[in-house]
Amino acid sequence: MINKNLVIIGGGPAGLAAAKSAYDEGERDILILERDDALGGILNQCIHNGFGLHTFKEELTGPEYAKRYIDEVQKRGIKYKLSTTVLKVGNDKVVTAVNEYDGLLKIQAKAIIFACGCRERPRGGINVAGSRCAGIFSAGTAQKLINIDGYMPGKEVVILGSGDIGLIMARRMTFEGAKVKAVVELMPYSSGLNRNIVQCIKDFDIPLLFSHTVVDIKGDGRVSGVVIAKVDDKLQPIMETAEEIPCDTLLLSIGLIPQSELAVGAGVAINPVTSGAVVDENMMTSVDGVFECGNVLHVHDLVDFVSKESEEAGKSAAKYIKNNIINRDYVEIVGAGGVRYVVPQKLSKTCEMDKLQLKMRVGSVFKNVRLCIDVDGEEIYSKKKQIVTPGEMESIILSRELIEKAIAGKTLTVALKGE
Amino acid sequence: MSKVIIIGAGIIGCGVARELSRYDVDITVLEKFNDVSCGTTKANSGIVHAGFDAKPNTLKAKFNLLGNAMFDELAKELDFPFKRNGALVLCFDKEGVDDLCELYQRGISNGVDGLETITGDKARELEPNISKQVVAALLAKSSGIVSPYEMAIAYAENAAVNGCKFVFEKQVVSITKKGNLWQVATQDGDVFEADFVINCAGVHADDINNIVCDKKIKIIPRRGEYMLYDKTRGYLATRTIFQMPTKMGKGILVAPTTHGNIITGPTAMDVDDKDDINTTFDGLKEVYEKSLLSVPELNKKFVITQFSGTRAHSVGGDFIIGESEKKGFYNVAGIESPGLTSAPAIAVHVADEVAQKLEVDKKADFVAKRKGIPHFATLSDGERQKLIEENPLYGKIVCRCEVVTEGEIVDSINRPIGAKDVDGVKRRTRAGMGKCQGGFCLESVMEILARELGVPFEEVLKDRNGKIVIGKAKNKR
Repeated sequence: MINKNLVIIGGGPAGLAAAKSAYDEGERDILILERDDALGGILNQCIHNGFGLHTFKEELTGPEYAKRYIDEVQKRGIKYKLSTTVLKVGNDKVVTAVNEYDGLLKIQAKAIIFACGCRERPRGGINVAGSRCAGIFSAGTAQKLINIDGYMPGKEVVILGSGDIGLIMARRMTFEGAKVKAVVELMPYSSGLNRNIVQCIKDFDIPLLFSHTVVDIKGDGRVSGVVIAKVDDKLQPIMETAEEIPCDTLLLSIGLIPQSELAVGAGVAINPVTSGAVVDENMMTSVDGVFECGNVLHVHDLVDFVSKESEEAGKSAAKYIKNNIINRDYVEIVGAGGVRYVVPQKLSKTCEMDKLQLKMRVGSVFKNVRLCIDVDGEEIYSKKKQIVTPGEMESIILSRELIEKAIAGKTLTVALKGE
Repeated sequence: MSKVIIIGAGIIGCGVARELSRYDVDITVLEKFNDVSCGTTKANSGIVHAGFDAKPNTLKAKFNLLGNAMFDELAKELDFPFKRNGALVLCFDKEGVDDLCELYQRGISNGVDGLETITGDKARELEPNISKQVVAALLAKSSGIVSPYEMAIAYAENAAVNGCKFVFEKQVVSITKKGNLWQVATQDGDVFEADFVINCAGVHADDINNIVCDKKIKIIPRRGEYMLYDKTRGYLATRTIFQMPTKMGKGILVAPTTHGNIITGPTAMDVDDKDDINTTFDGLKEVYEKSLLSVPELNKKFVITQFSGTRAHSVGGDFIIGESEKKGFYNVAGIESPGLTSAPAIAVHVADEVAQKLEVDKKADFVAKRKGIPHFATLSDGERQKLIEENPLYGKIVCRCEVVTEGEIVDSINRPIGAKDVDGVKRRTRAGMGKCQGGFCLESVMEILARELGVPFEEVLKDRNGKIVIGKAKNKR
């Protein structure tokens, strides 16, 4: 058994930022466990630009953004193990991991940060009927094949789902000489960022079909076409509208799911809406000394927000190791009136922060609304919004004054209200 | 030495090959796909039936009983996943209770042990997640579950170790007699000679029979669609849960798999194309809606994949097993449910009968035991550590969801009857069978296949005829 103060599971943007800030808070005994053969996580395959506008005030590619944090981690001499997969985390904070060079590792940690990201929802998750031939990929898998391995998944492409990776891949496949015949979205709106719709779809005249879905996949051996159809307002396909689009590839960008399995195994309580942990303002989960941040906590649109959230988690973990103070007297934070979820879900009554960022997503597109905070039914904050969409995470920064109002109450509710 | 050709490498072809390899004969298995277990065997319910369903005095009833009893020992001997988990047949209305009792009686006359009719409450005590609508149930303790493709692979590997040859991508196009020998020609112009031909061609067994025999048979491909749930739903059923046929038609089963998932299905749709294993919008809808009658808590959200398979329904309704009117041409046809259950008994029966006709003796050096790939995920920490010390590739996790190591994948490619493509690796190791369905590990599995098979990355296949990538990207060096 090895002893470590802080074990960080995942060496992507979340784990790197958490490690850096834990170190800066004074913690020196840190170990990052990364299952890939390099630090950086999914950023390594995101070779497009647009990362870092908030954090570094410049547009970086994914690998460049990762490099900034990898440099910070290496400068501080923070230890990490690559090609190392965590198999299990016990509620006693014993981490079991494995790699080729150490064999099985057992690490007793004082604190653990889950920073292990999310995975893509596969075809099975949405019950698309048809052939199970080659040529059907989740968008991120196709991204890795092209950007890391240098191989083309196909040349005539239909993309189901308008999540950000799907939109990015529409442009990427076009750059590589493929023809993207359509991006098909079940909902009447996109689940991706508006800037990606403009820069990846509209700028390349790629048809984006809302309220449509794929109802059949044709192909023997390899995809030869997909059948798409309009859906009604209950999202059920209208079969009379079905039409076949000949293609050799179907990319799926149909949602990201936090990888919570390890956390569940450690006894962490999960929020059914985010599929990530229930956390307090310190990013601490229901298990003392176990923290979560980044896309394993809830799926973010921008890596900048992941970094920021993870820095909080790292700092809190370092403080926890130092002081070991737990306060479980909480104000509940909930979403209502169109707000699907809010992170964090709890706020300590003893919170001493000067400001606190609440992050939230709405369940549908709303126009001309107010994003409001009520504490025990009394409105303490309100902000006008011309439009809110499920694809763009909203956030509210609570000032010290608002935090004090909140911790005097029992329940803080974030809700959309009419003007 | 007498030569035998077996046509088809599904569970029946592989089983017969293995049992016949006990004898001093030269066996060649011809398979049109590039791997064993690519037809009906890879896509069915994986149930080892108790035997109450088959009509008394049929081959189905006989071999079901015999086969069922062989599983415990066979699974140990050949190291494939099997569990005797028991089954319940649910009855949803009082009018159905008479039919349930009839089923019980049929089971008794078939000689099935461990049958009991129980009340709805007792059924819910055994399986807390079944519907409140259940008024009675038939409990069948001898029912089991098996991983059908792993069973066929185990049979094939053991047959190969005992000298049986498997030749892949050989579709039989003609069978003629030259003197005393059968001349079996394949699509690529090859001709294989044999004293004896055993037809185990599954849904295509009629095509094979009908080019040889005057007495024609007809196999109707009956397609069944399935849905597979994530392991986190595994708690929903510990026994195999059948439904009594209702006004809505034949029932849908809900069962655990040997690996801890939940499987639901199948539909029953007669199709024209024997190789049409597409799923359909309506079929999946039917599976889902009917499965909810048994276990209301099933939730589409946790489905990780859907698939379908065709089963070989013979017009006569029973198995067709025996030498045809043409001496030395033997049919094992129409092997639909309970075909998987019956397979071990059919295999022994056919092998013994063929050996008798050929007047051959048993070999002294037959190897009965086969050891499968060590599955890292199911080992203790001590066993894991030992394995990694012997071969560090067992410390490298490739499939995160199912915890499959590179060591297992390399083994699956290099053992006898090794995997040749991504689906072959998947069936042998479970890499890509978890929650992300290969999203993360596809590319790593492709790299390992390319390396071990000595082929370029872009030539790696998903299955027999499906290339995964179409070539290098523009700026690939």
